[in-house]
Amino acid sequence: MRVQFILSEIWIALRRNLSMAISVALVTMVSVLFLGLGFLAQRQVDAMKDYWYDRIQVSIFLCTAKSDLANCSAGAVTDPQRNTIRSQLDTMRPLVKDVFPESQQEAYDRAKAQFPNSPSYRDIKPEQMPESLRVQLSDPTKYEVIASSFIGAPGVAAVNDQRRILDPLFNVLRGLSFGALAVAGLMVLCSLLLVATTIRQTAFSRRRETGIMRLVGASAFLIQLPFILETLVATMVGSGLAIGLLWALVHYGIGYLDKTLPLTTFITTTDLWVVTPWLVAISAGLAIVTAWLTLRKYLKV
Amino acid sequence: MIRFENVSKTYRRSSRPALRGISLEVERGEFVFVVGLSGSGKSTLLRLILCEETASSGSVLVAGRELSSLPNRKVPALRREIGTVFQDFRLLPNKDVYQNVAFALQVLGKSRHAVKAVVPETLEMVGLGGLEKRLPHQLSGGEQQRVAIARAFVNKPAILLADEPTGNLDPTTSLDIVRLLDRINRTGTTIVMATHNEEIVNQLRKRVLELNNGELVRDQLQGVYGAQS
Repeated sequence: MRVQFILSEIWIALRRNLSMAISVALVTMVSVLFLGLGFLAQRQVDAMKDYWYDRIQVSIFLCTAKSDLANCSAGAVTDPQRNTIRSQLDTMRPLVKDVFPESQQEAYDRAKAQFPNSPSYRDIKPEQMPESLRVQLSDPTKYEVIASSFIGAPGVAAVNDQRRILDPLFNVLRGLSFGALAVAGLMVLCSLLLVATTIRQTAFSRRRETGIMRLVGASAFLIQLPFILETLVATMVGSGLAIGLLWALVHYGIGYLDKTLPLTTFITTTDLWVVTPWLVAISAGLAIVTAWLTLRKYLKV
Repeated sequence: MIRFENVSKTYRRSSRPALRGISLEVERGEFVFVVGLSGSGKSTLLRLILCEETASSGSVLVAGRELSSLPNRKVPALRREIGTVFQDFRLLPNKDVYQNVAFALQVLGKSRHAVKAVVPETLEMVGLGGLEKRLPHQLSGGEQQRVAIARAFVNKPAILLADEPTGNLDPTTSLDIVRLLDRINRTGTTIVMATHNEEIVNQLRKRVLELNNGELVRDQLQGVYGAQS
């Protein structure tokens, strides 16, 4: 009986105060949307990192006869030097996951295949290409360990980390995701203030009802409950809309990118379902706390 | 039922006390008029009983509870034993007569069955049978006050407080309302009614407490409104 009574009171109140409820729902929607975008962007950066770090390698370029680097003044790498490097890499397992040697001919073939029309490779000969050892690391961030061991070692021309090419991209994406979270923070603040103002106004317009409830001996909890539940309904509607929009964005937007840009990995709706409980919990928690604090101040019980 | 022991009340931001050294006792089932000029402290007396305010000094005992030490969470239980009626009726304008009275039971979590049983019976008792579906603005002042009394009484409180309940009503209607309160009094409910209405006080000849400038200047059984008799 009491549950039914409270629900019917909430329904009446929401209908009577519809414009306010809609504004709370919409502001909540925008803030949860940005919050979700921030979370999803973080997950996208993580997913791309995982994907690329599995594929990137550290290249140890070896001296060739024609190389004019200071470390290669002794000429092309010798077999003993090559063996020393290989055995040194072997001692560095498990950090070194795999080593793929690439001969000058292989480097030449790959360059030709990758850039068939490039003028810089037109006149090049296989012996001008550097021989290299492509090293896959179990933890790509530990590049420095390889670099310090092999830069300047006999027969090594240079050590090159592919991560350096990708990291600026990751940093930009990471920055964007923090930007989205900052906007989300601002929007959450806006929605909290709006919720507080709405409740204050509603408490004032309903002071007759609450006064009567007080007089007949309703508990403080029961007097405050409809206000809190109404706020919760409005914010949950807003969060629901935001999650719907995020789903559409991930399913259609990212889904389209995934088809047209197969060279990297993208987040899927599974990632959205992972962050959804957080989005709901954050918006519900903040709404309840704000409502309760506002009621303590503006609703006499 | 109600006992004041040397009670004083000074509101914040006010230098003059609203009540000064009040001691009185109201027994269960009594009908008491509280009279006095505006600002003499009648409403403060009622607000203290209802625990809307707490006394600055002295002790207030209502329905076996010492109010100065009553924790906030126990105030609702006290108010369930007190019905209250005001000069301005305080009905919910968008609920009909039945819903206004039922509201008092519903917020206390009474079952639908109990509401259906008690509300019509109470409306019948206050003389509103057949008006259940009317909205407050479709009723006369006297009828609206009857709704307010029904709402205050539907929960069968031990005490009924009435703060100038006839203030907005014509003399005939006023007398009807007080007769209704008298009838409720005969069911065993203690009634404390603050009033300016001389005619009613003189006609009913109940106990009269007179306040003047916050002091109790008269406590008379079967009293009249003005001068001593």
